[in-house]
Amino acid sequence: MSKVTFSIGGVHPADAKIARAHATEVLPLPPTVWISMAQHLGAPATPVVAVGDKVKAGQVIGEPAGFISAFVHSSVSGTVKSIGPRKDIAGNPVNHIEIEVEGDEWAEGIDLSTDIVREIPSDRQFILDRIKANGVVGLGGATFPTHVKLSPPPGKVAECLILNGAECEPYLTSDFRILLERTEEIVIGAAIMRRVLGDCPCVIGIEDNKPEAIAAVREVLASGSYEGISVLPLKKMYPQGGEKQLIDAVMHRQVRSGGLPIDVGAVVQNVATSLAVYEAVQKNKPLVTNVLTVTGDCLDDAHLHNYLFRIGMPLSYIAQYAGGVPEGAAKIISGGPMMGKAIANLDATTVKGSSSLLYLSEKATRRHEAGYCIRCGRCADACPMGLEPFLLNRLYKADDLDGLIAASAQDCIECGCCLYSCPAYIPLLDFVRQAKGRAMGELRARAAAAKAAAEAAKASSSDNDKK
Amino acid sequence: MTDTVIWTIAIIAALGLVLSVILFLIAKKFRVEEDPRIDEIEKVMPGANCGGCGFAGCRAFADAAVKSGNPDSQFCPVGGNDVMKKVAAILGVEVKEKAPQVAVVRCNGTCEARPRVNEYDGAQSCRVKAALYSGDTMCPFGCLGCGDCVDACQFGAISMDPATGLPVVDDSKCTGCGACAKACPKHVIELRNKGPRGMRVFVSCINKDKGGIARKACANACIGCMKCTKVCAHDAITVTDNVAYIDFTKCKLCKKCVAECPTGAIHAVNFPILKPKPAAETPAPAEAIKKEVSNE
Amino acid sequence: MDKYLVSPNPHIHASVSTNSLMWDVVIALLPATIVSVVFYGWAELLVLAVSIASCVLLEKGIAIWPMRRPAVANSASAAVTGLLLALNLPPTTPWWVVFIGALVAIGVAKMTYGGLGQNVFNPALVGRVFLLVSFPTYMTHWEIPAGLFGADAVTGPTLLGLVNEGGPAAVEGLDYMQTLFLNIGGSAGEISALALLLGWCYLLVRRVIKPWITLSIFGTVALVSLIFHLADPAAFTGPVFNLLTGGLILGACFMATDYVTSPMTTVGGIVYGVGIGFILMMIRYFGSYPEGVSFAILLMNMAVPLLNRAFHQKKYGRA
Repeated sequence: MSKVTFSIGGVHPADAKIARAHATEVLPLPPTVWISMAQHLGAPATPVVAVGDKVKAGQVIGEPAGFISAFVHSSVSGTVKSIGPRKDIAGNPVNHIEIEVEGDEWAEGIDLSTDIVREIPSDRQFILDRIKANGVVGLGGATFPTHVKLSPPPGKVAECLILNGAECEPYLTSDFRILLERTEEIVIGAAIMRRVLGDCPCVIGIEDNKPEAIAAVREVLASGSYEGISVLPLKKMYPQGGEKQLIDAVMHRQVRSGGLPIDVGAVVQNVATSLAVYEAVQKNKPLVTNVLTVTGDCLDDAHLHNYLFRIGMPLSYIAQYAGGVPEGAAKIISGGPMMGKAIANLDATTVKGSSSLLYLSEKATRRHEAGYCIRCGRCADACPMGLEPFLLNRLYKADDLDGLIAASAQDCIECGCCLYSCPAYIPLLDFVRQAKGRAMGELRARAAAAKAAAEAAKASSSDNDKK
Repeated sequence: MTDTVIWTIAIIAALGLVLSVILFLIAKKFRVEEDPRIDEIEKVMPGANCGGCGFAGCRAFADAAVKSGNPDSQFCPVGGNDVMKKVAAILGVEVKEKAPQVAVVRCNGTCEARPRVNEYDGAQSCRVKAALYSGDTMCPFGCLGCGDCVDACQFGAISMDPATGLPVVDDSKCTGCGACAKACPKHVIELRNKGPRGMRVFVSCINKDKGGIARKACANACIGCMKCTKVCAHDAITVTDNVAYIDFTKCKLCKKCVAECPTGAIHAVNFPILKPKPAAETPAPAEAIKKEVSNE
Repeated sequence: MDKYLVSPNPHIHASVSTNSLMWDVVIALLPATIVSVVFYGWAELLVLAVSIASCVLLEKGIAIWPMRRPAVANSASAAVTGLLLALNLPPTTPWWVVFIGALVAIGVAKMTYGGLGQNVFNPALVGRVFLLVSFPTYMTHWEIPAGLFGADAVTGPTLLGLVNEGGPAAVEGLDYMQTLFLNIGGSAGEISALALLLGWCYLLVRRVIKPWITLSIFGTVALVSLIFHLADPAAFTGPVFNLLTGGLILGACFMATDYVTSPMTTVGGIVYGVGIGFILMMIRYFGSYPEGVSFAILLMNMAVPLLNRAFHQKKYGRA
């Protein structure tokens, strides 16, 4: 058992990776898909097809609208039926492109074979262009455009590429499955990203509750053809998969408040992203598929699945194919039980970052009535950022902005450890998240004011110079 | 024995004298010169420190008024015109009268009209709920029902009606400070002119969805059908984004739109009841003025 | 389910609640409670019953009226207060004195501050100290009744009482093994250091509390008494005596570690423990009371809000 983990806080939710033994199955195509234009962090993509257009799988249908944005490709071949707002998993209207599926024809230049291409292109710009053109975004949760993350700002040097295979969320097994089934492709993806980052060393961090995955990666690495890549077993601890926590665990460095991982020489990419990078660069295949786990405490073993899905598939279609929503399900979650989003209905569709369809029973998930704080300090012990949620909660209720900033509300990573461990069931994170928003808004306003003041001072001084 | 008592008294007295002299000198040295009118104005202010005027409290309001010398750009919604007149008098100027305002809840999606489609299980806070998702009904615009406005009100003027799940404003207690409007993440609450004897007509819905979708989400929703704009003789009603809005500065309280609205989204309140309603209604109490809801 | 639940994350919760934590404390106190009942018999059972019952009922009653906030009452927490109060009293305490202690503990020290989680002082200790200063006769004269197994009734002062009057010489030749297992005389919960430490270990294993507060109290007591003892063995008792006698173990393991009245952070907890240990030794050596655990904890309770302000968690990325 490994002893390597992050140094502050953390909790130990039960593992619950009940779907781990289920091999990935390919979902058949639905009659219609709705592809969201906002599948990444940043500005939503602009549709570049019109109603009635015929599209092929892998064809660009949305173009980035800004620096931090990404291409969106059609995941199926067929006819564009409509373009317009449709509700996303939070129920907010987002531009979607509706495509009626006809056959399964792919765009030109995409290598659909399963042969592993080991030769890595040597041109950095070529690699970055391919990653960008194929719409690759971070699949660990934040869906940050990958080509942006792989282009460190001038003056910053990547010292270590960390591949995130922690999968610390209970229940989720999609990363575990691809680590087992597509090990070498993931390792090649890592080798590609290393090359882009100037051949820095790469560490693949995997929690020790997945020994099969660790062994599989070790076997590939043992071939000797992948230099500079190593695997690091990590002690199981939530939220190990958090970027800041993983950097702490692997490199023993901490990103300062408001900073980026690259400030300490780290670039963190999820293993699923690595696979997408492999497909984008080696096969010229856009990011239109991903693996999703159908799991939950109210499902029996026969109804647990790991599916390879195409983006834009309605969740209701996947649920139906998997055998319907189970009887005892009280909450449906897209993502893990700690950080996933509860969804009100299955009308929404899958996006690039979809990682699971999780059904939890009422007993497992319904919140107990909140009691009184007994000042046990468990929330503060659990917080992986070293914050004091009980204090943030109080400061938020008192609307004390200076206090919130001094108590670092802006550093919260919304991992849920505070609420998870509160014996009084106080909805700490619900309020701390609000507090974070308040603190960040205030900090932004102050920074803008300071900038404006500095510019005004500069302008007046240059005026004086003219006189 | 007597010596001890005398000495004790003498020492304490001397100590007191010396310290009071020091205190006097310090007070003189560090004295902050303030316009005495600030104190005077603060005395005539309501003293609720509610922040409804946009200042941190009553003293900040007084300070700003004295500094500008003319309180016309400021208004104390709690004290209203009476207080503003007093403030103006202290500063030796005159102010224009402003119409008193009241908080108006622009959502009538009651529990029956707007069925719940999922069960919210998070913290009972509208802001938390609004940040999470579009709400537990099909209407993504309406009241979320967690009562952030009730918490924001310093005057106890808002309460949640358990029957409808909507907040109710007590006109007699509402000072129009606007704290509730600021607290509402959905901007359901609006400050409107109170109107003569409290009579006012407003659209109690802000659903911007197209008519069909809005109607499906809530039986009482404004569907943007434009009927009200056609009957309005005063150009007070505009329909933008599928929702009607009545400009309270133009509305002449004729109530024609109320009868015209097919979903009952337009409310007229505090009008005297002229003729008794049909049998289904409970007989009106003896009061001359009663809330009249326009639902057919 | 026709309507699914929707809430912000997280969607699961650790299997821990305020009540489960309180019951863990009760379980941890069971060994000491059983030992006290075995040795003090029916009299102790009466004290326990009166104390726990009155604490629970008073909390419920006060929450319903005059507080009018029934939800404030937490029976498990009140039961812990009652149990601790009983273990802090001599077994001979009359039932009405016990009731007054419970009234002060719950009514004054807990509910006037707003109930669970709001009190500044440890309620059980406030109750005990109130009785100590109001009914010193009952609280300091130890008349030991016959135990369940027919041990003879004994009368006498506690070991610390002897030292307070006669100096270290009064307890020369004391068998420390006996104090570890069986220390007749004193409050009911103080009989067996071993039973208390067993309960403390249970709390540690169950992760109900962290060991730092208790260890820093023990460490400070050992260090202070070692220094004084080496300086003048004739005037000051040594570390072993001080660690094993009186209410130190009960206080350090169960009273000082009370969530509500101890600091939130580990560093704060260590400072708090050092403070308790130091004040306690000063009272034992120089005060007129033979024992100072209660006073030391109550004094440091006052410092907790300040300690919470002064000592914060180590934040990520702020090294």
